[in-house]
Amino acid sequence: MDKFTTLTGIAAPMPLVNIDTDMIIPKQFLKTIARTGLGKNLFDEMRYTQDGAEIPDFVLNQPAWRNAEIIVAGDNFGCGSSREHAPWALLDFGIRCVIATSFADIFYNNCFKNGILPIVLPKEAVDVLMDDARKGANARMVVDLEGQTVTTSDGQSFAFDVDGHRKHCLINGLDDIGLTLEKAAAIDSFEARAATLRPWA
Amino acid sequence: MTGPKTLYDKIWDDHVVHQAEDGTCLLYIDRHLVHEVTSPQAFEGLRMTGRRVRAPEKTIAVPDHNVPTTLDRANAATMTEDSRIQVAALDQNARDFGVHYYPVSDVRQGIVHIVGPEQGWTLPGMTVVCGDSHTATHGAFGSLAHGIGTSEVEHVLATQTLIQRKGKNMKVEITGSLRPGVTAKDITLSVIGVTGTAGGTGYVIEYCGQAIRELSMEGRMTVCNMAIEGGARAGLIAPDEKTFAYCMGRPHAPKGAAWEAAVAYWKTLFTDEGAHFDKVVTIKGEDIAPVVTWGTSPEDVLPITGVVPSPSDFTGGKAEAVQRSLDYMGLTPGQKLSDIAIDTVFIGSCTNGRIEDLRAAAAILKGKKKKDGIRAMVVPGSGLVRAQAEEEGLAQIFIDAGFEWRLAGCSMCLAMNPDQLAPGERCAATSNRNFEGRQGRGGRTHLLSPAMAAAAAITGHLTDVREMMREMV
Repeated sequence: MDKFTTLTGIAAPMPLVNIDTDMIIPKQFLKTIARTGLGKNLFDEMRYTQDGAEIPDFVLNQPAWRNAEIIVAGDNFGCGSSREHAPWALLDFGIRCVIATSFADIFYNNCFKNGILPIVLPKEAVDVLMDDARKGANARMVVDLEGQTVTTSDGQSFAFDVDGHRKHCLINGLDDIGLTLEKAAAIDSFEARAATLRPWA
Repeated sequence: MTGPKTLYDKIWDDHVVHQAEDGTCLLYIDRHLVHEVTSPQAFEGLRMTGRRVRAPEKTIAVPDHNVPTTLDRANAATMTEDSRIQVAALDQNARDFGVHYYPVSDVRQGIVHIVGPEQGWTLPGMTVVCGDSHTATHGAFGSLAHGIGTSEVEHVLATQTLIQRKGKNMKVEITGSLRPGVTAKDITLSVIGVTGTAGGTGYVIEYCGQAIRELSMEGRMTVCNMAIEGGARAGLIAPDEKTFAYCMGRPHAPKGAAWEAAVAYWKTLFTDEGAHFDKVVTIKGEDIAPVVTWGTSPEDVLPITGVVPSPSDFTGGKAEAVQRSLDYMGLTPGQKLSDIAIDTVFIGSCTNGRIEDLRAAAAILKGKKKKDGIRAMVVPGSGLVRAQAEEEGLAQIFIDAGFEWRLAGCSMCLAMNPDQLAPGERCAATSNRNFEGRQGRGGRTHLLSPAMAAAAAITGHLTDVREMMREMV
């Protein structure tokens, strides 16, 4: 997993509530057995017509946001299915950070496993960041995970919260499985205890 | 933790392997269900790191999302190349890593959330995970069950644990009894109508109250299944005699003395008097009507007697979302919901693909025919549900009514197999999501109960099943 420390990039405004995982990556692209290559189909049905032509109005098709690395969105981003193809598609496109007033739990969690930082901020802050994102390619937003701030292109800063363990893993690009396997002895003794307490499980 | 505990607290406490100072826990997983779509990258990760599956005896795999449900599916040509590769990868991974497996050719194959309980893998007090958000279904047994992403699938395969922080407790109480024609599906959709799709975010919901107690296990699974549509990763119902009766004798349920010991433990799984809930929602059972969704979010739900709302009825970002929904759905504010004509009826899915769902639909369809021109299909949740429905004569009722009688799979719930809506095609569906494109690009989905779906098939438009029931008396 790539480390995430500081990101300076273009932010795409997506002022929609309930952007669900079927919108982020429709099911016909879940048939892959790889993690990569999904970026071209990110937001596929919003981004392309049925015959594959780009829909010019869609934000990521507009010249100003084609290279966006940040998305600013409305409530409940990532609701719906548990498909990790959603963060894989975002990452493959080049998105490393999503900012919204709220996220669905599973999506939120999946982001951290893939080096993407989801940031929850109150509506007033998201409104300001949305306006900043609308400025397009000339405006660069700065996301500083170490300092836990997002700064607009004109210098307005917002502090955000992030779980300490997740922050640590993201900054250092750590693999959860490796960390957990260091606790193998604790898992062994739990299993031994459970075998007597709940042998049917 | 001391003092009165919720059901969630109790199951959580019994599964903590390790707790870090910041509260992050390592939680032990009793059952890991696996399907073909969210697992290939996880098994590949194990191969690349030389890791094994820590507890193959607690890992159960079944292909469901991609598999065709037509009777000729043994013919490989019924699958697209990429679907075939994904199912073949699961075959191979199950063999290589030695996990329990129900291949497509096995009569026990079906939707993972129907197979788990049916085979007795899901039992009260367990932790159950699957790379699928509808894992919440298993909460009906008083087990802590939720969906995970593929990285977590790999984590559970390798360690039989998950890194978790505890969620908050939410109580959803449905008091009194349901009125005739109102079902578990109407409960769960109505709850989402009240809480919104983000209302449960960060919570584990415990459903309780008389109307919940009065539900069968099948109905309870329907309620918990859609906890995720309310934003909650997990929904729980305390186990009772109905739960124990359902589990008894299932292939992987304990037997003899082990059964007695298990039941004694299961009887301790309830929320203690005075336990704290961070959020409480109470709905009167008698206030719940048969409902349908009109928009592209499960929270867009109204009683069938209602009308399509107007964007101006909403505030903030939701007003724009409603406008977008109505454009997508091709609906006009003020239009009566019962006037909405449909093209297709889909009965099935992990929400409503169990035997009781098929009985409820067949009860409405018996001796009747679907309206001409309507495409209608029943997709049983498992091969065993299909066999039972044939034995009970339900299959014949569906066939006589003009429905296609399919083999088991996820089918048109998410349209990863050939069962898809065409652009603009409008479907009355017993599944769980009405998102844009969910059932096929441009497809329009109205979520409802199996009885309501059957009623719609007969009339050709969304219909109040209670009127049809009155005629039947």
